[in-house]
Amino acid sequence: MSEELLVTARENALIDPSLHIWTWEVAMYLFMGGLTAGIMFFAALMTVRNKEHVAPFAATRLALLAPIALSIGMTTLFLDLEHKLFVYRFYTAFQITSPMSWGAWILIVVYPFSVLQILSTFRSGYSSLASHVDKLTPGRLLLDWCERNRTAIAYAVIPFAVALGIYTGILLSAFGARPFWNSGVLGLLFLVSGMSTAAALVVLVARQKSEKELFTGLDLALIFAEIALVALSLISLASGSGQHIDALQIIMGGSYTIEFWVLFVGIGLLIPALLEILEISGISKSLAMLAPVLVLIGGYALRHVVLDAGQESTWTHYETQYSSELLERLHEERP
Amino acid sequence: MTRFVMVIDTRTCIGCGDCVVACKTENKVPAGLNRDWVVEATSGTYPDLKTEFRSERCNHCSNPTCVTLCPTGASHLWNNTNIVLVEPEKCTGCKACIAACPYDARLVMHPDGYIDKCTFCHHRVEKGLDPACVSSCPTGCMHFGSLDDPHSKVNHLLKTREHKVLKPETGNDPNVYYLI
Repeated sequence: MSEELLVTARENALIDPSLHIWTWEVAMYLFMGGLTAGIMFFAALMTVRNKEHVAPFAATRLALLAPIALSIGMTTLFLDLEHKLFVYRFYTAFQITSPMSWGAWILIVVYPFSVLQILSTFRSGYSSLASHVDKLTPGRLLLDWCERNRTAIAYAVIPFAVALGIYTGILLSAFGARPFWNSGVLGLLFLVSGMSTAAALVVLVARQKSEKELFTGLDLALIFAEIALVALSLISLASGSGQHIDALQIIMGGSYTIEFWVLFVGIGLLIPALLEILEISGISKSLAMLAPVLVLIGGYALRHVVLDAGQESTWTHYETQYSSELLERLHEERP
Repeated sequence: MTRFVMVIDTRTCIGCGDCVVACKTENKVPAGLNRDWVVEATSGTYPDLKTEFRSERCNHCSNPTCVTLCPTGASHLWNNTNIVLVEPEKCTGCKACIAACPYDARLVMHPDGYIDKCTFCHHRVEKGLDPACVSSCPTGCMHFGSLDDPHSKVNHLLKTREHKVLKPETGNDPNVYYLI
């Protein structure tokens, strides 16, 4: 036997009995960050490839959703901070070894690029709103400039969108202390998942048939890529050191097995892939709107399960009998 | 960089927990939270069992992942030593350092939400005193000093006694040593 018992009381909040520092706020931020990256990427891609006629929504209207999604994510992230008044401290330093610091600065750079991207297709996508902007000379000149440089802006947006998507994964994988996260594939997995959720969003919102078909095909390809990356992540954990093998058990019979395999892999990847195959092959279109909804649910489930399972994976395994509740009961029972 | 280390003799430690009480008193650690703790580790097969007591805390690593992953520089090394401290005015309470510590030694402590942790009692160290836990140990099993001083007690103990650190495979290069 090998047993490590805590013999003095220890019930540090958020740490004992197992780490639980980050909850849905951070999962939502990771999801929204990935979705934003996908939105900006596809909006830029459609511009660069001149797909305005095939995919008018993605080419001209989709970009507006990017700052909205990102702002929701940043709001929930802010809710998670314990020392909220000092949030500005992210921007009084740049720590080259901290992915979180990189992320804070990437977010700041992404916003202006997102605004330029929206303005570059504003007249064609939101003509009634654009007419108000056109009434003012500076607004008209700005829209003119953005439209003229539309392709250049789209090219500039792509690397930042990719950086945003991949960083949300690297943020977690940089934690060597949490073996479940500690895989180089995680950044790529989150990027592909983010793009898949954005493609699903287009399928859900776009009206033109050609656009729905194009993005259903893109989403299916991304789901296949995601399945391959999930497999690689699992192989990487299974062939790792003892800590990694222990961490893998969390989703192989451990406490997040059902969430991972049913909610993420089953509902989030396999079922939508099957529905999309049926739709593309023309066998059944009756459930066409279900697939993108499941992809979006799966995208969030991936972040939530990975976030939780990673916090459960650890290097220390102490047994403790101490519970402050027991102590309180003892106090209450005292005459 | 001055390398401060703690050397704890597991053969003399009786697991009384005085180090824990001393820390709570010295640093006014709120109820229910601990910057240090004692572990009783038992290994072997009955009746051939072996037990050791270990007083544990932040390892003040020479390669501290809590410092490298802190996004604001709030986690830092004190005065060119290996003592890891947190600057409350720079801490956003993002909790990245908690996740970054393979020893789970950091904690959110202050009600305002910044991160707190063992400081190796640097306020005592700068006066030439030992940390509170070390100075209060009734069996004298805890030792503190600089590894750079060739004549220090800690140097002598590490040269003459068999020792280990916790989970060296983390790569963090921890500085709390256990004599075994």
